[in-house]
Amino acid sequence: MSSVALPLDSVSDAGTGGPPHGHFTAGPAPKRIIVGYGFWVFLISDILMFSAFFATYAVLASATAAGPSARQIFDPNNVAIETACLLASSFACGMASIAVGQRSQKWTQIALLTTGLLGLVFLLLELREFSDLVARGAGPTRSAFLTAFFTLVGCHGLHITAGLLWLGTMMAQLYAKGFRQDIRHRYLCFSLFWHALDIIWVAIFSLVYLVGINL
Amino acid sequence: MEHDVFGKLTWDAIPFDQPIPLITGAVVIVMLVGVLAWVALKGYIPYLWQEWITSVDHKRIGIMYCTLALVMLLRGFSDALMMRTQQALAFRAPGYLPPEHYDQVFSAHGTIMIFFVAMPFVVGLMNFVVPLQLGVRDVAFPTLNSVSFWLTAAGALLVNISLVVGEFARTGWLPFPPLSELTYSPGVGVDYYLWSLQISGIGTLMAGINMVTTILKMRAPGMSYTRMPVFCWTSLASNLLIVVSFPILTATLAMLLLDRYVGFHFFTNEAGGNPMVFMNLIWAWGHPEVYILVLPAFGVYSEVVSTFSGKPLFGYRSMVAATMAICLLSFLVWLHHFFTMGPGGDVNAFFGIMSMIIAIPTGVKLFNWLFTLYGGRIRFTSPMMWSVGFMVTFAIGGMTGVLLAVPPADFVLHNSLFLVAHFHNVIIGGVLFGAFAGYTYWFPKAFGFSLDERLGRCAFWCWLGGFYLTFMPLYVVGLLGMTRRMQHFDQPEWYPWILASGVGALLIAVGIAFQVAQLTVSIRTRTRRTEPTGDPWDGRTLEWATASPPPSYNFAVLPNVEGLEAYWGMKERALEHLSLSAEPQYEAIEVPRNSPTGFITAFFAVVTGFALIWHIWWLVILGLVGAYATFVFFAWRDVAETEIPAEEVARQDRANRAARLLALQAAKRDRPLREGVPA
Repeated sequence: MSSVALPLDSVSDAGTGGPPHGHFTAGPAPKRIIVGYGFWVFLISDILMFSAFFATYAVLASATAAGPSARQIFDPNNVAIETACLLASSFACGMASIAVGQRSQKWTQIALLTTGLLGLVFLLLELREFSDLVARGAGPTRSAFLTAFFTLVGCHGLHITAGLLWLGTMMAQLYAKGFRQDIRHRYLCFSLFWHALDIIWVAIFSLVYLVGINL
Repeated sequence: MEHDVFGKLTWDAIPFDQPIPLITGAVVIVMLVGVLAWVALKGYIPYLWQEWITSVDHKRIGIMYCTLALVMLLRGFSDALMMRTQQALAFRAPGYLPPEHYDQVFSAHGTIMIFFVAMPFVVGLMNFVVPLQLGVRDVAFPTLNSVSFWLTAAGALLVNISLVVGEFARTGWLPFPPLSELTYSPGVGVDYYLWSLQISGIGTLMAGINMVTTILKMRAPGMSYTRMPVFCWTSLASNLLIVVSFPILTATLAMLLLDRYVGFHFFTNEAGGNPMVFMNLIWAWGHPEVYILVLPAFGVYSEVVSTFSGKPLFGYRSMVAATMAICLLSFLVWLHHFFTMGPGGDVNAFFGIMSMIIAIPTGVKLFNWLFTLYGGRIRFTSPMMWSVGFMVTFAIGGMTGVLLAVPPADFVLHNSLFLVAHFHNVIIGGVLFGAFAGYTYWFPKAFGFSLDERLGRCAFWCWLGGFYLTFMPLYVVGLLGMTRRMQHFDQPEWYPWILASGVGALLIAVGIAFQVAQLTVSIRTRTRRTEPTGDPWDGRTLEWATASPPPSYNFAVLPNVEGLEAYWGMKERALEHLSLSAEPQYEAIEVPRNSPTGFITAFFAVVTGFALIWHIWWLVILGLVGAYATFVFFAWRDVAETEIPAEEVARQDRANRAARLLALQAAKRDRPLREGVPA
């Protein structure tokens, strides 16, 4: 076959430095945009996974199989404290972002430690709630409603656990490597993750606990 | 004590009493050991490790995805041959496969063909082609890309381990509860299915995130959305669907796992569990999944038809609109998979109509391809033959699909071989033909030499004839009332059709043999087949603008895109001036460093998955700790990139430019040849 193969018209390499933000026709976006954007896409997928658990909970919420119902088992005080902890943790995470922006190692570490401790308190409160329920015979194997409840809320708890592991690694990296560009990109992802878990929790708080208590 | 240490795993797991899996397993293990020994003796291990296993180059990863798909195609097709021969022998007879084995065979066939053949094939093609077509150096997250591939491979390995250790699921390619619950499937088969899919599903999800980010945020200067090649558009649509639908699969399978492992009640018959939740969730993933597979194939056809007609694609914008319409509509039809399970007339009517509406954008695409052919200077190469074969075959499959979308017809035809014939019609005729067209079309780009044309045509005709001979009879027996998944039957009316179908499967086997021969012969005669310019087909998109195989950084300088069909425009301008563009100023290029992270993560994923299947809890913990340690270790690296010096870039690019200069001089001589081509 006759082929006419010719080299490219060339321009200067736009791949390394990168153009100003968001100019679609100016070549690949800078690394920070790519990392943040990719992580947002991941968060969307994660939120969609939660939406499957939410949908299942909505279908099974009334399938109590003659066991306890939402109204009988939810403790508003416990949930209020949990929520306060998580929101405060997110606030501390926001403070850490400012400290990272200021390149302050001390305040970054303090803010991240606060973030982690508040997250840990949240997790312990959730575990206490779960073990209380199991002790009262309202464990996840009791009914489809409890199965869906434990899974939805537990999945969020599992995300918090993973987030805490990541947070520990993140603090160590920031401490050992300083505010290097790639480390800051990772910190950006962590903070997005942590705030997204807050958004999920707000949905759980409203759709599971508030609705359940008023049923 | 031994029982505790190894969970449920005992010597009983090895099927000593079943000759077929045992002998197959033994042969596979001997072959595997043989290949590994050969690789080791030849001293190829360092090469394999450095150039492939730890490579984070999107092209290498794409090739490995396609290789995985081709190898698993052999496995999945063996299952298909076993089913066809079993049914051919099982007229008023037991055949040679006992029911519990036959059930595993059809389950493994569907699972492998969808998740470990079709998926890795299209993901591999996208991985290889998209960054090249976009004119960039790599995907957004190269190491993550390697992790994605190796997790897919890990899932495939687990499925194959089930052949010799334990058993595979007997629940079909989607494990519908309550059959798949512990009560009715107490063995490890369903667990093998679930954990392999969870592991490979995470890999696919990450691949999707990677590709979406790449397409939306990394394009060559000047490449606006409306200048992207259609294959990039269909890849974008496909990967958006992955990002949106695979999390649903992960959640659904996690729920079934919780039911099976810790006694939850999502889908059980007891305590308020509801199997219909599973049906809705699995098809909310499952229907988009078929478009995840077929959209990239549509993209391949668009590239191939346009290139070999010597014309721009007809109706570019309508093609893009049709692609995105299918992307959206694919989420509004899931219920047609269970019209008969009680949604009621109104709901069925809605989903029936939505399903039929999908035929409209698909029809738009088909007409666009036909109008591209019209008035073109058509070259009937083998990628083009796969494409034309697809157009005819897919039109038939689409029509039977519209038929099945009519709820009253579905009540008659559901669960019959008519349905089986329909989805093979669209998956073989749509996805697989597209994958083969893409494989033949981009092979010279990947390796620098082309595949043997004559053997490729033989393979095509055997596949095409074999497909019709296998599945047209299944339409007929489906209409005659034969249900799917029958281990034996006693209706004489069905028998001749089933025999014909068996012969068709043998013809496909001949087609596969031709493909193996094609690959072998082409590799052996590769020195005669080299193509120095990197543009063997007179291509129109940017992947043909660089050398074959492309250097690790793809482009010495990023191309400047000035219109649709960027490379064609450049060629036209160069032909007009009868000279190459001026040599660019070469600069050093940073490329990501190789990393074993993906391979090691996959190793721990296999260990964890296997331990979970057999309830070996200490090994589960070990595997998870290992995976976390790998993550931390990777995060700790200080140097993520290496630099290729400007002299090396210049040396490689100059060699390619020299070859292209020769081609230009040849083109000057036969310039009239190009004058009939509409620009």
